[in-house]
This record gives sequence, C-alpha cells and structure tokens, in this order.
Amino acid sequence: MWTYEILVPVGIVVGIGLVLGLVLAIAAIIFHVPVDERIEEVIEVLPGANCGACGYSGCSGYATALCEGSAENGLCAPGGAEVVQKISEVLGGGAVTIVPKVAMVHCNGTPQHTTKKMEYNGIPSCSAAAMMSGGAQTCQYGCLGFGDCVNVCEYDAIHIVNSVAVVQPEKCTACTMCIKECPKSLIRLVTLKEQATVRCNNQDKGALANKVCKVSCIACMKCVKACEFDAIKIENNRAVINPDKCTACGACVAVCPKDCITLYASEPRSITA
Amino acid sequence: MIMFKGLISIFLAGILTENFLLSKFLGICSFLGVSKKLNTSVGMSAAVILVMLISTAVTWPIYMYILMPLGFDYLETVVFIIIIAALVQLIELLLRKFMPPLYNSLGIYLPLITTNCAILGITTLVIDNTLDPMTNYGFAESMTSAFGSGIGFLVAMVLFSGVRQKMETCDIPKFLQGLPITLIAASLLAVSFFGFQGLVDGMLG
Repeated sequence: MWTYEILVPVGIVVGIGLVLGLVLAIAAIIFHVPVDERIEEVIEVLPGANCGACGYSGCSGYATALCEGSAENGLCAPGGAEVVQKISEVLGGGAVTIVPKVAMVHCNGTPQHTTKKMEYNGIPSCSAAAMMSGGAQTCQYGCLGFGDCVNVCEYDAIHIVNSVAVVQPEKCTACTMCIKECPKSLIRLVTLKEQATVRCNNQDKGALANKVCKVSCIACMKCVKACEFDAIKIENNRAVINPDKCTACGACVAVCPKDCITLYASEPRSITA
Repeated sequence: MIMFKGLISIFLAGILTENFLLSKFLGICSFLGVSKKLNTSVGMSAAVILVMLISTAVTWPIYMYILMPLGFDYLETVVFIIIIAALVQLIELLLRKFMPPLYNSLGIYLPLITTNCAILGITTLVIDNTLDPMTNYGFAESMTSAFGSGIGFLVAMVLFSGVRQKMETCDIPKFLQGLPITLIAASLLAVSFFGFQGLVDGMLG
C-alpha cells in the first residue's frame, strides 16, 4: 500500500498546484490590464531616492505622472540634467535643458554678528527653538544653528559652521529636503553659476535690521545703484539678485556697507574671517 | 434560533475573546508593521477580512471533502498555503481589473497577506473546531468565525493605530523608542482584551 500512501498525496498536491496554476494563468490573460510599460522604464531611470522633491509620492508616483502626461519633465532635483535627458529619451520628447541648482542658506549671522535676546536651553532643534518666541537671536529671520537641515540631508552636503548652516555646493543635489525642514525658510535653491547672492533674509526695515545683526541687509539701495545690469531689486526690505542678469562682476559686493552680499563659490567672508 | 445564537456567539468571540492579534498572537508582523497610521491599518484589515473569508470558503470544502475522506489530513498546511497564495494572486488580478480604486488602496497589503499567519491560522482553526465534537462547526459556523476574526483584526488594528498616533507625541525614554514601546503598548492592549474573557458566554447565556 506504500504506493497509495505516497503517490496519492503527491497527486493531490500536484493536482491542486496544476489547477491553481492554470486558473491563475487563464485569469492573467482574461483580466489583463494594459499597463504603460514606460512607467517601469522611467522608474529605472529615476534615482530611486523617493525624496519627494518633485511633489509626487516617491519616484514611482512621479514616473506614473510623467507617463500620463500630467507632470513636467525636470522636476527631479537629485537626478539633475542626466536624468532629465534619460527620461526624455524614454518618453520620446525633445531634449530639455535644465539649469543645475543648488541649495543656499541665506544667512550669515554668526554669533560674532548677532546678539542674543535670551539663553535658550530647550530641545536642541531649530523647529523647537523657532517656537520659543522665534529663537534665541534678536534677529527673527536668522539661522538658528541647531542643524535640523543637517539631520535631513542625505548627502552630507550641509553643515553647521560657526552656528550657521552652510551648504557644500559640490555635494548638494538640490533635493530640497533642507528647504522643507528650515523653520525660518532661509534655504532656497539658487542657480549653480558664478553669481552674487545676498546672504540675508531679514525683512524688517533697515534701522531694525541694522540693530540686530552686523551683516544684515538694510535695503540701503547701494547695490541696486551699483549694478550695471539691473539685476538687483529690493523686495520686502531686502535686496534680491536676479541670477539670470547677474554677471558676477562684484560691483555690489564692493559697495555693500554691511558685507552681506557674497560672490557665490567664494567662501562667505564672515565664516572664514 | 439556537443556530442563530451560536453564530452570534462565534462572531463575537472572534472579535473580543479570541481576537487573533491580541489573544492568539497571530499576524503580529502586520500588526506592528502597518498600524502606524489609521488609513493603512484599515486598508490592511479590509484585505485581511476579504482573504480570510474567501480562503476559508475554499479550504474548508477541500479539507472536508477531499483530504479527510482520503485520509490525508496531514497535507492540511501544505495544501492550504498553496491555495491561499493562489487565491491572493487571483483576488489581486480581479481587483486590478474590476475595482482599480480598491486595488490601489489595498495595494501592497494584498501580497503581504499571502504569508500572513492569521490567514493560515483561521483556516486551520475552523478545521480544528469542525473536527472537535465540543464545537462541531459546519460551513456556516466556519464562515462566521472567519468573518468575526477578520472584524477582530480590524478592531485591534484601529485601536492600536490610535494608541500609536498618541505615542508619536510622547516623550519616550531613548532605550524604549521604536519597537520596544510599541510591544509594551501592544501587550497592554492585549491585557485589556483579556478582560473580555467570559463576556460572550455570559451575554448569550
């Protein structure tokens, strides 16, 4: 009877397996749902960091949106120009030119330049300090220096130097994680090119801004007048430089009485000094 | 009437006294894994209820009318696992075709369920109860038990996701952060469910 005891159980399991396999195979054909094959290809091309910089739920979400045509190519910040090129190859669109960008902290207010209104002994994080009447510094707009941005950076591209966050442009992928994290909205993407940038975000009137920090923008208009290319405007009591027009001539850097304009790529003076 | 009463008591027992997650400790991986947010835990539970019902409906007749009469009850686990895995695949295919919104919301949970011990647990448990002369389940009782256990899964998941959302804002000592405090919270919830012991019998006399 050993044949019965061995062969029949084997037969049962194999039979069930075969039947289920057949049913599944038939079902897969009958209930086939056409899927856009390009989605997989686009996912392959994307960096897979799932950082959400594009505004979609991870890389697969962005890939789906790209293939459906509801998203624009070029939203993937970590991927940069290379990924944009590859995506346009997959999607069959024309070449897209993308200007590489990099995150920059718009503050230079080190402890040597700013004053403190209190001793802060709370939770050592920017978001907690910002809730405590805007942080310890007298400047309501400045970098708090606890490094929330450092903690979220996956590329080790941002560090606290002398109590102010500084981005290393060669490591930064412009993934915008630090931008979302900064409670003071000090970090913004700037075009990666030689240009002058205003390293201050103080939007108070000149007299107030002057009082709280030695390197604050007081909206004195000197840089606006010095600029030959009409690249600088005063917005919300601070100078803003248009990167498209800026030629990095350095005229504004030379005239700034508060030393808050620096040429990009050159180390901020207040930190090296 | 007696039959109806029996079904209700089986249903309630599945939810309260014999809760899969909190008193049988089956399906703990998904319990800890996806209970972080309310919507994911509801999605997972919905998938579990669906698969529990369908797999019980298929495995019970196969055991009762094929395996047992032939005397191969020891094949139970192997056969059930194959059937559950294939069923989950089939359900996935069907959902993708006919109910894309449900497919998207269940999404990753369906494949996860293939290897969920709660599903295999309910299918073997109803077989045990069927063979046990004390309980002597029929097909109706087995299905009720499966549905009750699924609802019990949902209740435990929803309760625990609430607990975990509360814990998010707590200042937890560093050595307890993450999984340790989650396990402690789960054990407290299990202890509280222990208080339901005897409730169902007392209620339906």
